[in-house]
Amino acid sequence: MTTTVVLIRDTDSGGADRTRDVHDLFTQKVRDAGLQNEVQVVRAADLGIYNKGMVAKILPQGIVYAGIADADVDDIVTTTLAQKMPVSRLVYCGANEQVRIVMRNCGIVNPECIEDYIARKGYQGIKRALYDLTPEKAIEELKTSGLRGRGGAGYPTWLKWSLARNAFGDRKFVICNGDEGDPGAYMDRSVLEGDPHSVIEGMMIAAYCIGATKGFLYIRAEYPLAIKRVQKALDDAYGTGLLGKDILGTSFCLDLEVRLGAGAFVCGEETALIASVEGKRGTPRPRPPYPSDVGLFGKPTVINNVETFANVSYILLNGAKTFASIGTDKSKGTKVFALTGKIRNSGLVEIPMGTPLRVIIEDIGGGVASGKKILAVQTGGPSGGVIPEQHFDTPVSYEHLLELGSFMGSGGMIVMDEDDCLVDIAKFYLGFCVDESCGKCAPCRIGGFQMLKVLEKITDGKGMPEDLDTLKRIAQAMRKASLCALGQGAPNPIISTMKYFAEEYRQHIVDRKCRAGKCTRLMRFEILDTSCKRCKLCVVNCPVHCIAGDREKGYRIDQEKCIKCGRCFEVCKFEAVARS
Amino acid sequence: MVKARINGITVKVPEGTTILDAAHKVQIKIPTLCKHPDLRATGACGVCIVKIKGSQKMVRACCTPLEENMEITTHDPEIVAVRRSVIELILSRHPNECLTCGRNQNCELQKLASDFGVRRESFPQYLPDIKPDTSTGTIVLEPRKCISCGRCITVCQEMQNVWALSMLERGIDTRISPAGDISLADSPCVNCGQCSAHCPTGAIFENDETAKVWQALQDENKYCIVEIAPAVRVAIGEAFGLPLGQNCTGKLYTALRRMGFEAVFDTNFGADVTIVEEAHEFVERFVHKKGALPLITSCCPAWVDFMEKFYPDMIEHFSSCKSPHQIVGVLSKTYYARKKRLDPANAYVVSVMPCTAKKYEIKRSGEMFASGHQDIDVSITTRELGRMIKQAGIDFASLPDEESDHILGEYSGAGTIFGVTGGVMEAALRTAYDYITGGKLKNIDFENVRGLAGVKEGAVPVGSHTVKVAVAHGLRNVEAVLSKVRLAKARGEEPPYHFIEVMACPGGCVGGGGQPYGVTDELRVKRGKGLYKDDEAHTMRYSHENPWVKKVYQDFLGEPLGTKAKELLHAAYKARPEYKK
Amino acid sequence: MESTKEMSVKDQVKAIAGQWRDREGNLIMILHQIQGKFGYVPREVALLLSRELDVPLATIYEVITFYNYFKLEKPGKYNIAVCMGTACYLKGASQILDAVKDLLNIDEGETTPDGMFRLDAVRCLGCCGLAPVIMINDRIYGKVKKEQVMEILAAYKKNKE
Ligand SMILES: Cc1cc2nc3c(=O)[nH]c(=O)nc-3n(C[C@H](O)[C@H](O)[C@H](O)COP(=O)(O)O)c2cc1C
Ligand code: SF4
Ligand code: SF4
Ligand code: SF4
Ligand code: SF4
Ligand code: SF4
Ligand code: SF4
Ligand code: SF4
Ligand code: SF4
Ligand code: FES
Ligand code: FES
Ligand code: FES
Repeated sequence: MTTTVVLIRDTDSGGADRTRDVHDLFTQKVRDAGLQNEVQVVRAADLGIYNKGMVAKILPQGIVYAGIADADVDDIVTTTLAQKMPVSRLVYCGANEQVRIVMRNCGIVNPECIEDYIARKGYQGIKRALYDLTPEKAIEELKTSGLRGRGGAGYPTWLKWSLARNAFGDRKFVICNGDEGDPGAYMDRSVLEGDPHSVIEGMMIAAYCIGATKGFLYIRAEYPLAIKRVQKALDDAYGTGLLGKDILGTSFCLDLEVRLGAGAFVCGEETALIASVEGKRGTPRPRPPYPSDVGLFGKPTVINNVETFANVSYILLNGAKTFASIGTDKSKGTKVFALTGKIRNSGLVEIPMGTPLRVIIEDIGGGVASGKKILAVQTGGPSGGVIPEQHFDTPVSYEHLLELGSFMGSGGMIVMDEDDCLVDIAKFYLGFCVDESCGKCAPCRIGGFQMLKVLEKITDGKGMPEDLDTLKRIAQAMRKASLCALGQGAPNPIISTMKYFAEEYRQHIVDRKCRAGKCTRLMRFEILDTSCKRCKLCVVNCPVHCIAGDREKGYRIDQEKCIKCGRCFEVCKFEAVARS
Repeated sequence: MVKARINGITVKVPEGTTILDAAHKVQIKIPTLCKHPDLRATGACGVCIVKIKGSQKMVRACCTPLEENMEITTHDPEIVAVRRSVIELILSRHPNECLTCGRNQNCELQKLASDFGVRRESFPQYLPDIKPDTSTGTIVLEPRKCISCGRCITVCQEMQNVWALSMLERGIDTRISPAGDISLADSPCVNCGQCSAHCPTGAIFENDETAKVWQALQDENKYCIVEIAPAVRVAIGEAFGLPLGQNCTGKLYTALRRMGFEAVFDTNFGADVTIVEEAHEFVERFVHKKGALPLITSCCPAWVDFMEKFYPDMIEHFSSCKSPHQIVGVLSKTYYARKKRLDPANAYVVSVMPCTAKKYEIKRSGEMFASGHQDIDVSITTRELGRMIKQAGIDFASLPDEESDHILGEYSGAGTIFGVTGGVMEAALRTAYDYITGGKLKNIDFENVRGLAGVKEGAVPVGSHTVKVAVAHGLRNVEAVLSKVRLAKARGEEPPYHFIEVMACPGGCVGGGGQPYGVTDELRVKRGKGLYKDDEAHTMRYSHENPWVKKVYQDFLGEPLGTKAKELLHAAYKARPEYKK
Repeated sequence: MESTKEMSVKDQVKAIAGQWRDREGNLIMILHQIQGKFGYVPREVALLLSRELDVPLATIYEVITFYNYFKLEKPGKYNIAVCMGTACYLKGASQILDAVKDLLNIDEGETTPDGMFRLDAVRCLGCCGLAPVIMINDRIYGKVKKEQVMEILAAYKKNKE
């Protein structure tokens, strides 16, 4: 008898994420109906559906219900699960024009069930490698596929592997980089939660190719569900003889282990990650030597991103040619983006390389939620850059994004509209890098801090034209003299906003104005005497008591004392406080 | 070998040579700040960046190996501009306190700023608000002046294996401190001062006690006595531009006398006494089987502290003999004072040491007050003495040589090599050989225990016996030696060694934590050579044959290891916690 | 009484260290477990761990203070994490943060005097679709509006006893 699986995900919640509650409710109802042996209820990471309330996907039928209220659960259980009949009023039909390679199984297989993965031809890729291909041939296959690392820099995966294969070492390691520190990106999380076996299989293939016998999955501690699912998947793989000794009847042996991050973005950088897995401070070290020569515990090591590994298992299964047929000349396959910010349908999208930005933002993302004008999109995370609207026809690929002064990064894609201030955004990203700088090298440690101070000065309305030169000068020092890519890339958001949105900087510095009204220190708050109802709400709420007056004369803000906190503006019920 | 071009000049260097070292070969100096020749490169400062043809990036010369056919540019306007920006950034997080800083005119950061002609503060200063740590009385931590180069951390953790210092927090808040922001005095710090000797700035500094010395010299009621350690004489010249490793013993005596000291003694005399006592201890244990073997030297206070904290199970192996300067101190306030009819309360003994740990040693236990007073009133480092000589307006380089004062200033060649690794062992063996065999050793230069290998071992035939010895310097190297001892003990086997010498500082005291800055292995060797030459120049090369040592025993101390000797010249040890908090 | 309690801390540390002793690079995993057990890493425990693993205390502190996740101070009963990741920031997370600060009268990284709440600003909780997001202990609240903060916290304040 086949089990029915119900995948639950709250895709849109007004307050708390209700996934867990509804999951529990479902489980309860299933048990009440006596179906617990036939039905399994699972919390899904991502179903590819967004802003449709509570969503349940029933497998193997593939029915999707959206906008489920607690009261609907009974119906679903009694009608669909017990009688195999759809509840038509809840059925959701969404178009899905994306191409799914990395997320091929996400939301389709039960991530906690290895049989599901195997039923979808899982572990056929490693089998093919072990039975039909030598490690060299398998690397050759990757070369043909054109796969490049999805962790950011786009280094050809086959080349990395072949270097590690040829490096001398009595032990070799393979590491999956699941640190995913880029704020606003969660592709790797979804894959780890939704299809952990595809990543494990990718790691097995890598281990086979380079001759590693031990591997680690380094996962952010902030992803407890991913950790749990990966651990379960590892246990199952061991249980099925897919990990451990003499895998699939061959002499190939591999042990995999989960290691947790502990809240340091820089640990995504490969040498820092190695230090972290070794149990040390996650500070990068100079390269060369590269990890492929001297890596974990001093041994040759291959480090790849989660998404990269998920692609690897696909390539070995479906062949390099299939993969290479998708994408552009230099960027093959698909890329998953976490589309967020001021976008209607925020969520994960997987698109073929070469898809123009506009298609992602407008067709898939549904444009800006507010209906306001789109200003730009940021890619590449904190070391990336902004791409203004006029460049939205650019195809997404490693090379094209670089040309625009941004880069692919791990896949954060953040849309900004008129309400966003680009100077403020640049400051935000830089602040992130300053917080996350490991502090080892002076250019990044002090340079980032100084740049942040300059930007704060500008958004506080104390900027001077020469501050822009100071920013450029520090940026140059950081780019050239920082030890790792965090410091080298940290100035990018500033440089790219200065390039595309020079006018905004000019306004902040010369006119002392923030177009978007984000830089509150540049605001002026005034009470409109005609609208004011003399309720005194603002007076009691002003933290510095700078609103004075009486019912007769009306109230006035002492501009000298006002700290621009905006409280008065927020509390006034009569729109009598003007902000400009 | 790899062949490449640096600024158009062809260089051929062995594989693995850094761009920095290769450039030096062809007379190109690339500025550095965080790299120290003693320590592995960390790449922390970014000052040494250079360009490689064909790459957009700049790489760090101090930690990038030169590769075949590379074309390197070390200086062009862009590189210099980036370097200048980096230096200015570092300065923006560093106080402008050169005038009142101990490193003034001798500071790697200051020199860099000066070389680059930094003339203004391009970036506003934001200084961290961290208080100095003066808790140890030996070294002072001033984290505000720290540029996070990481040298002290590498030194304390890797070179010395003490792990007192750590790099805490991250990003702009990165700072050096003992684990958990306790004071250094509550940490495992053994006061070796190696961190201060390697710090490029004034962030770790010896506790300057020169004012106390000046005050004593001014005080008419005080009778000021000074002694100089072996290693000081071959390093002090560096402060006055004299050739590296030059022996300045005579000039030192003159200078000290001109500064106002009434008696100028030499720690080397104490070293001879130490050897007599220690060699007796050795004979007792080795020949008469009274006491534990191996015997381990105890003249380095940082080592003693280290043992008390990390190897308390070795206490019984330690020679109970005090270190040479303590011996001169206690004899000054007893024997000498009596002879001079001097109230020891008015005697003021200053020891000039290559060492910061001696500042701790002079008060470390009751035995350091054996004369009834604090045997040594203050201990200053070579660096402090250098400054005092300058303050006193003494033109050191041109001084004539004078003699030390009688009796506690007379020493043998064996006494002088105490200042270099292996020296104590060598001196002790010369004497022990004589005691055991009653005959003279033919070749008294023990090449086995000389040189800078971290651990040196040897087997010395002594009559019908073979004495197995080991010498370790730099506390990192202790483990290799002592773990063998521990293992043999645990298994009830013969000890692997009979005699072990340990000096906390790499190279021994010549490389001490209080010596003039810029120590490298090359310099250690030069200073060591200076001492070996001093030894060779002496006709008297056995401690026990020093007639003045004999005389002090005859007149005052009695027998070696006798009651009086035990009372004045020996000390006991006890286990101490690594962390007091 | 006191000594039996001490014994048990020691035994707990021993047990955790024992589990991991033979694995290379175990320190961070051990600290995760320690923190899971004690809520933070008390000095006493760090000292025990140092002895147990033969790892210098310096290393342990270097690691603890490097990683945001590890704490040297006792956490609150409820730990509030306000996401300041990009998506949340763009959707007004700083106002949420301010609202929490105002309501509890504490700053980031601080705990209320009664030990009930600790507040941290964190980076991306991985639910950007729900931005702005806050997390209280393990519970996620998405699309939080400034006005809701009071209400959300009130539920926890009720549990004071
Ligand atoms: C500061 C910094 C953070 C990074 N964070 C990540 C990350 O979270 N995940 C990731 O896969 N790669 C990250 N990378 C890139 C990795 O260093 C490395 O290039 C990547 O894991 C290699 O895998 P790939 O070849 O499959 O892309 C980061 C790099 C830097 C400099
Ligand atoms: S660039 Fe920044 S993160 Fe990278 S090593 Fe330097 S200080 Fe650390
Ligand atoms: S903006 Fe803030 S400080 Fe200014 S008047 Fe309004 S409430 Fe007061
Ligand atoms: S809150 Fe608005 S209406 Fe009330 S006193 Fe202030 S400005 Fe006037
Ligand atoms: S450390 Fe150097 S640069 Fe800093 S104040 Fe002292 S002398 Fe000046
Ligand atoms: S160098 Fe300049 S600041 Fe220093 S003492 Fe001389 S004049 Fe004054
Ligand atoms: S004096 Fe020695 S032990 Fe103490 S902190 Fe410095 S290097 Fe470490
Ligand atoms: S104290 Fe000195 S040696 Fe240590 S990190 Fe700071 S500047 Fe470097
Ligand atoms: S080796 Fe010499 S200088 Fe160094 S701590 Fe020991 S006694 Fe002092
Ligand atoms: S000297 Fe090379 S990075 Fe500091
Ligand atoms: S100088 Fe006294 S023992 Fe080294
Ligand atoms: S940015 Fe807040 S959850 Fe991702």
